[in-house]
Amino acid sequence: MIESAAVTDLAQRITDLRVDEFRGDVRVVLPSTELFAALEVLKQQHGFDLLVDMTCVDYALYRDATDRFGLVYLLANTQTNERLTVRTFLNEPQLVVRSVVALWPGANWLEREIWDMFGITFDGHPDHRRILLPQEFSAHPLRKDYPLQGRGERHHFPVITRGTPT
Amino acid sequence: MTTAPANQKTADMARPDERDYVWTLNFGPQHPATHTTLRLVLKLDGERVIDAMPDIGYLHSGFEKLGEHLDYNQYVTITDRMNYISPMANNVAWHHAVEKLMGIEITPRCRYLRTIVAELARISDHLLATGAMGLDVGAFTFFLYAFYQREVINDVFETLCGARFTNSYTRTGGVSQDATPLVVEKIRAFLRGFPKTLQDMRQLLYRNRIFIDRMQGVGRLSREEAIASCASGPIARASGVTRDLRRDEPYLAYADFEFEVPCMTSGDCLARFLVRVAEMEESLKIVDQAVENLPSGPVNVGVDERTALPDKTQVYQSIEGTISHFELIMTNRGFEVPCNEVYGATEAPNGELGFYIVGDGSNVAYRARCRPPSFVHFALFPQLIRGHTLSDVVAVLGSLNIIAAELDR
Amino acid sequence: MSEYLPENVAIGQLDALANWCRKNSLWPMPFATACCGIELMATGASRHDIARFGAEVFRFSPRQCDLMIVAGRVVMKMLPVLQRIWQQMHEPKWCISMGACASTGGVFDTYSVVQGIDRFLPVDMYVPGCPPRPEQLIQSVIDLQDQIQRGGTVDGKEFQLDSRQLPKRALVDLPIIGAPPASAISPAGRHA
Repeated sequence: MIESAAVTDLAQRITDLRVDEFRGDVRVVLPSTELFAALEVLKQQHGFDLLVDMTCVDYALYRDATDRFGLVYLLANTQTNERLTVRTFLNEPQLVVRSVVALWPGANWLEREIWDMFGITFDGHPDHRRILLPQEFSAHPLRKDYPLQGRGERHHFPVITRGTPT
Repeated sequence: MTTAPANQKTADMARPDERDYVWTLNFGPQHPATHTTLRLVLKLDGERVIDAMPDIGYLHSGFEKLGEHLDYNQYVTITDRMNYISPMANNVAWHHAVEKLMGIEITPRCRYLRTIVAELARISDHLLATGAMGLDVGAFTFFLYAFYQREVINDVFETLCGARFTNSYTRTGGVSQDATPLVVEKIRAFLRGFPKTLQDMRQLLYRNRIFIDRMQGVGRLSREEAIASCASGPIARASGVTRDLRRDEPYLAYADFEFEVPCMTSGDCLARFLVRVAEMEESLKIVDQAVENLPSGPVNVGVDERTALPDKTQVYQSIEGTISHFELIMTNRGFEVPCNEVYGATEAPNGELGFYIVGDGSNVAYRARCRPPSFVHFALFPQLIRGHTLSDVVAVLGSLNIIAAELDR
Repeated sequence: MSEYLPENVAIGQLDALANWCRKNSLWPMPFATACCGIELMATGASRHDIARFGAEVFRFSPRQCDLMIVAGRVVMKMLPVLQRIWQQMHEPKWCISMGACASTGGVFDTYSVVQGIDRFLPVDMYVPGCPPRPEQLIQSVIDLQDQIQRGGTVDGKEFQLDSRQLPKRALVDLPIIGAPPASAISPAGRHA
């Protein structure tokens, strides 16, 4: 039995909310259209002031998966040490979700990384570009259809030998 | 530097300002070895920094993609290479998350051993962080003292598991090698000798006018900004956020020990330095209590649980041990991995280090996401440095303790 | 002839004198990227002291160094930086590739790590290990010093040999593995 005022409040606001618990983590799944409103409620009314992490999972090769991308937001309350995991699912071609930089400024780089690695666009992000890979890189590497060793980008450089004039 | 900026924001930053006294300086990615591959593009008015844009990714090695191809015991070698100043802490964090996913309860001796190595790794990390802070502002002797103590800790690790550095010490359900009495003796010798050296190191810098002038009031971070930017660890504690996972969500054996969590409210570079030094003393207390009360008994979860490798006498003398060893090494049928996802976090020396693992029933993780403290801390840099001078850039960067491998993964 | 010389006079080749001077004052350019960088710092610290071999002066400017120690993995975003720094160093210059990642890519056979810097730079000495112990790095500096003493010349003619100029023939591009077949991935996410 999950006793959390935040989860009960969310369940009243959102009709198709799925709640479950695994190994002590409370997880909540919502549709992506209600995501920003729910996070705002959690931050402002239930005190989840720390965005611990934001990440994405590509479920393309996962057994029994129904949606391709799952966005995960890990929240924590610094006063009561309560944790909550909020998940939402996205499918191609609608890989857009509203950015939470307005709620937590620390999400700026986390969202850039998700764009870089998975290709999910964040609507309203102030600086939407790649962060870890070179700007001219064209693929999104953490998707399941990108090979581990890449497609030859890592060796596409000129060779310098001793005889090369400097 | 390398390729031309391919989008408007980088182009704007690189172009000179209309005010002709503002100039752009490229800082990195190759600069003195303490902070490896970071790049900052600074806009300066004489010596005052007007704006800073960090550019990262110069050490991005695809750790998370590798996590989808290596099994849980193999991936611990990769976690070593994330925060490479304190590899043991990363190993402990990874297996904390893996064992949470699999629902394995580790033995008391293993909990104490992992606590001891995690705290020794914390001392090692803070020694290098404070040493690098001192080195960047010019105190070279402090750095050498810190490095000598790190060598003593590396000796302890080498006696324990064979590698002084990048140890890959933990395994699912236990550790790779049990601690012998010689290791306990070496830890006790370290505990006897370290407080005196810490006192010597303190006397070098605590009342040093130059050090205090360079660090005090520089890079101030307020409590609200720290929480809004997802900071954790010594950086948040130096700004007044009293959150420490060892006390708030006790894991391993931390609930059995008495220790304090040092916090300060000023949030400048000097506060971050002092919090790290105070945390080293608290870690000494924890290691002392742990070593005195180390429980005896098995260190790995038993063979019948089928998740930890049996020890060699079992392998050579009992049929169950041989079969178990064969299965675990060759086919990994011993692991019971649920098809579910979990987030396991620990208090690493740099902040909250957590792993979000998605398991899919096989012995290879489906997704292994590392939540890196350095990544969220480096995003703080522009707001900390605005208005300060060029020489403060080095002080602030040192106080944030950015490890490039954890930043870029 | 030697009985006519006073005791404090020696005769030798100019090359040998130049080699002796150069090998005992190798100034390293520490190109430290990752974990090997920490072992490089430990080599420079007080227990394993690289200053005993004349290499204490870790100048971080390539214009003032002659030995580049690439310590750590080099990713594709960093490689142009590495090449530019190599080109900024003055002749005669040597390169030590420290660690498994700089020599061959190490544990990281991924889309962004260069599988060995010797594909793009001339390397003189490889140090295996992950990370190599400080003693191994010092041994490699000693071996490089022997190599300089044996084969060096005043005007750098040893770098003009064909064997030092051509890219290594042993470097072959291996086929890319690890991509699942296209049929296995469908929008609904089910196994094909």
